[in-house]
Amino acid sequence: MADPVLSLRKLDAHYGDFQALFGIDMDIAAGEVVAIIGANGAGKTTLLRSIAGLLKNQAAQISYLDAPIGALRADQVAHKGIALVPEGRQLFPSLSVEENLLIGAQTGRAGPWNLKKVYALFPILKERKDQASTTLSGGQQQMVAIGRALMANPDVILFDEISLGLAPVIIKSIYDALPDIVGGGMTALIVEQDISKALAVSSRVYCLQEGRVSLSGATGSVSREDITRAYFGVDA
Amino acid sequence: MDWISAIVQGTLLGGLYALFAAGLSLIFGVMRLVNIAHGDLIVLAAYLGLSTTIVLGIHPFVALLIVMPAMAGIGYVLQRGILNQTLGDDILPPLLVTFGLSVIIQNALLEGYSADPQKMNAGMIETASVPLGGLTVGVLPLLTFAIAVAVIASLQFMFYRTSLGRAFRATSDNSDIAQLMGLNKAHVFGMAMALALAVTAIAGILLGVRTSFDPSVGGARLIFGFEAVIIGGLGNLWGTLAGGVILGVAQTLGAKIDPGWQLLAGHIAFLVVLAVRPQGLFPRVAH
Repeated sequence: MADPVLSLRKLDAHYGDFQALFGIDMDIAAGEVVAIIGANGAGKTTLLRSIAGLLKNQAAQISYLDAPIGALRADQVAHKGIALVPEGRQLFPSLSVEENLLIGAQTGRAGPWNLKKVYALFPILKERKDQASTTLSGGQQQMVAIGRALMANPDVILFDEISLGLAPVIIKSIYDALPDIVGGGMTALIVEQDISKALAVSSRVYCLQEGRVSLSGATGSVSREDITRAYFGVDA
Repeated sequence: MDWISAIVQGTLLGGLYALFAAGLSLIFGVMRLVNIAHGDLIVLAAYLGLSTTIVLGIHPFVALLIVMPAMAGIGYVLQRGILNQTLGDDILPPLLVTFGLSVIIQNALLEGYSADPQKMNAGMIETASVPLGGLTVGVLPLLTFAIAVAVIASLQFMFYRTSLGRAFRATSDNSDIAQLMGLNKAHVFGMAMALALAVTAIAGILLGVRTSFDPSVGGARLIFGFEAVIIGGLGNLWGTLAGGVILGVAQTLGAKIDPGWQLLAGHIAFLVVLAVRPQGLFPRVAH
């Protein structure tokens, strides 16, 4: 593999006494789209929250462009160029649609993404730009959440359950937009419950089971049986 | 005519109360922090103004150029040094810490300035008045009200039209997600407190020009500020101005009936609003 842009080394994560991740090792190369799959409670969201800095780790457990970032705060990680599209959209209810997008650009990082380009990607948002974000449908809110992350012009974008709770037709339109997003060389980690969706857009896959990596490999090289075993931890 | 005069005086007095309350409202709106020391910070600003006018021999309003940045600086350091550490799921620690702060400020002022009442001298403007449709209205109360309206309008503009205001609202909505946007919560809160105490500086100077003050009067200013915020509705700045006016009018009307009823009438108006509309008259639209 080429030099990894993002590396995890023996990453653990805890919520109080409960340990959610156990010694995760991962290397993500620049421009890769990597899927992370696993059952509920496997630690997928915890993994993304750790990378984004919402959970504190030891500095050396996460490195980004060869610099240790494990101990940085989330706002410092954001300035370095890692953006998270959080589970459940999590838009700011007091902000309009456009303000939600603008606040994504708070880091001031230069790059191809701006309001105009986000509106070109999701034209419906331009029509709704002055509405309160809470008045949008779930799918439109997800578009805002993705646009908000893109506005930061990240090098690495983390998607947490972008299809959760959305109608299939909406999910399709959001996944159809994905090539436009990662086509510019952006590195992406996609956490997804829908395994076939995840495999369709990614080049590599990690499967988590109870906080450990139970399977990893190129998308084409892992079989359905491997995944089922890694997913549920039982022989299919 | 006397009654109309009382209402007008009360309205103008309400401007001062709105200035007491604006900082309180801002701090609560952004970080859900109830600042018990707010009244004492107003008095601190008045004393800083007093020292500045005496040492530099300048007019109290000119002293604002020094007192406002000074209070803003104190606010930022106070927030990042102490208050940020108290914020969390539990609402009790910030209450206790700001209560302690209130005691400390009062006693420090007592040590530094003694318990003697002080007053700032603003010269002619204190006694000047203008005729207004048959009434005679003091220039200072009129100016105070105009400043209150200008301050509330500026805060409103800052809150809804600037990137700093956007950062305040986003951090207030969800501080974790705001961090993901690259906003350092500790700094955003520091800026909010700095802004709130800059407004407090204005309130303190106007208080010190209007009446005499001593280190113990902070508590009553806190109560007036609180009542204005609650009457107006939490998190609504124009509501806070309306709350201040209602409180001021209730007090002057009470005083008109019987001079002893001034404060009581204000508290009764507050209690009535609390009983009838606990969320205040103009609460922020729920989200």
